[in-house]
Amino acid sequence: MRLSRLTRGGFAVFAALVVTFVLAPLLVIVLFAFDKSNVQSLPIRHWTTHWFAVAFNDPAVRSALWLSVKAGCAATLIALVLGTLVAFGIHRFRFFGRDTVSLLLVLPIALPGIVTGLALQSAFNITHIQLSIYTIIVGHATFCMVVVFNNVVARLRRTSTSLIEASSDLGARPWQTFRLVTVPMLSTAIIAGGLLAFALSFDEVIVTTFTAGAQNTLPLWIFGAILRGQQLPEVNAVVVFVLILTAVPIAYAARISSGERSFGSTGSK
Amino acid sequence: MSTRVTTRERLGAALWRRPWLRGALILSPPLMWFLVVYLASLVALLVTAFFSVNSLTGNVVYQWTWSNFSQIFTQSVYETIILRTVIMAVLVTITDALIALPFAFFIAKIASRRSRQAFLALVFLPLWASYLARVYAWINILSNHGVLPSLESHLGLPVTNVAYTNVAMWIVFSYLWLPFMIVPIYGAFERVPDSFLEASADLGAGAWFTFRQILMPMILPGIVAGSIFTFSLTLGDFITPLLIGGSSSNFIGNAIYDSAINGGDLPFAAALAFVSIAIMALYLLLARLAGAFEAI
Repeated sequence: MRLSRLTRGGFAVFAALVVTFVLAPLLVIVLFAFDKSNVQSLPIRHWTTHWFAVAFNDPAVRSALWLSVKAGCAATLIALVLGTLVAFGIHRFRFFGRDTVSLLLVLPIALPGIVTGLALQSAFNITHIQLSIYTIIVGHATFCMVVVFNNVVARLRRTSTSLIEASSDLGARPWQTFRLVTVPMLSTAIIAGGLLAFALSFDEVIVTTFTAGAQNTLPLWIFGAILRGQQLPEVNAVVVFVLILTAVPIAYAARISSGERSFGSTGSK
Repeated sequence: MSTRVTTRERLGAALWRRPWLRGALILSPPLMWFLVVYLASLVALLVTAFFSVNSLTGNVVYQWTWSNFSQIFTQSVYETIILRTVIMAVLVTITDALIALPFAFFIAKIASRRSRQAFLALVFLPLWASYLARVYAWINILSNHGVLPSLESHLGLPVTNVAYTNVAMWIVFSYLWLPFMIVPIYGAFERVPDSFLEASADLGAGAWFTFRQILMPMILPGIVAGSIFTFSLTLGDFITPLLIGGSSSNFIGNAIYDSAINGGDLPFAAALAFVSIAIMALYLLLARLAGAFEAI
């Protein structure tokens, strides 16, 4: 296909517009977080970091942040163990129903989040389990596990098993092989999976709405505040905080797993 | 060298001889979790859809009834909500495909290697950036004294006033799910060898002909993959309708949210959730019948 310079230029302009469309709203959020006014509108006359201080000293925000961090860490830990194990098992062993299992595993992120959330709430209702931090963790771990699985399985597919065979041929015991060959081979994929899982958990609203009960995670606090239309300047500061706290692990994960196809395709709510 | 065999070694040897045992040990914890937590919950959802709520106590009555589904299919409110949701999902899917096609074509086939990396990073970034932040940004942009109206009045342009309408919903949904459409379409373009395009041009085909006859059939699976995301995400969202939409913006998602969270009617919400799963299944079936999966 031969395209004239004009056509190529036209495509380039269009692409630049798309990138602007994608990024401009994020810029708006960051700018408004430093707006001194109570009502967010342009132009911004006075700049301040006041709202960050307000948010940081708000006990409701603090307890929500603490809950989010605790739930995120616990869910990530569970997801790391389960996701790595299942990636390993599915990659290494041939068994009946293997294809079905690997298809079913992505359901928690393929089905709408509201289905996962409501399904968990129904199960907790039937079994009379009270909603608490533990129900949040169970919900988050279930979809975070998929992210870890995707990352680790993509790495396993790219690495050959000959290294592991060579290791046992040279006399290493299974545990030694695992510790000295397998783990170093997979470590960056596991770390990247864990970082993405934490970022996903820290930002999740939909499943959490149905599994949190009366308590607030940070995204639930943000959602409630926007819905009521109160404390909006404070919301702005918190949102920017969440944006940074999720962007850092994501950017780092992208860096250490660069070149791997799994990265772009694992993000779903 | 010691000849004593430790228990650990004996265990290791036993596992080494029985690969199925190793497989079972590795796979059973995650699969048990998945079975007990996730699949059992989906069954619980299905069962709950056939329960009801005692209107006096607000407790779930664990007795089989079709009343939730008959309510959904007889009350015209739900017909309107379902229709509105599906039309919105279709509109958003088409919009995103129209934006993603030229964009993905540009980064895959025209842009230089280096700028390709930059473009991909810039588009993937918001895919992972906080979902609430992106929705909240649009409230600030579209609201009556927001960024867009004040920018327009500053420039002397006619002021758009779309806050809390379905037009706002269409814009924000299209914005939110755009990366999910770009990723698979870009992947599809990347798999088209440049030599195909060169051969087509050498044989005298114009750009438009090459696009229709060579590129389109190879890109279609990517579009379908993206549309599954845009469709499923639009069907399941309640945050955007609640925060961006107005009083006439009831979608399946926030109908579910209202029943489950505000109305305390979990069984009815479960029935509605099954309607959205059914729509999704129907969509996948249609895509399959249209032959969209054959090339994947």
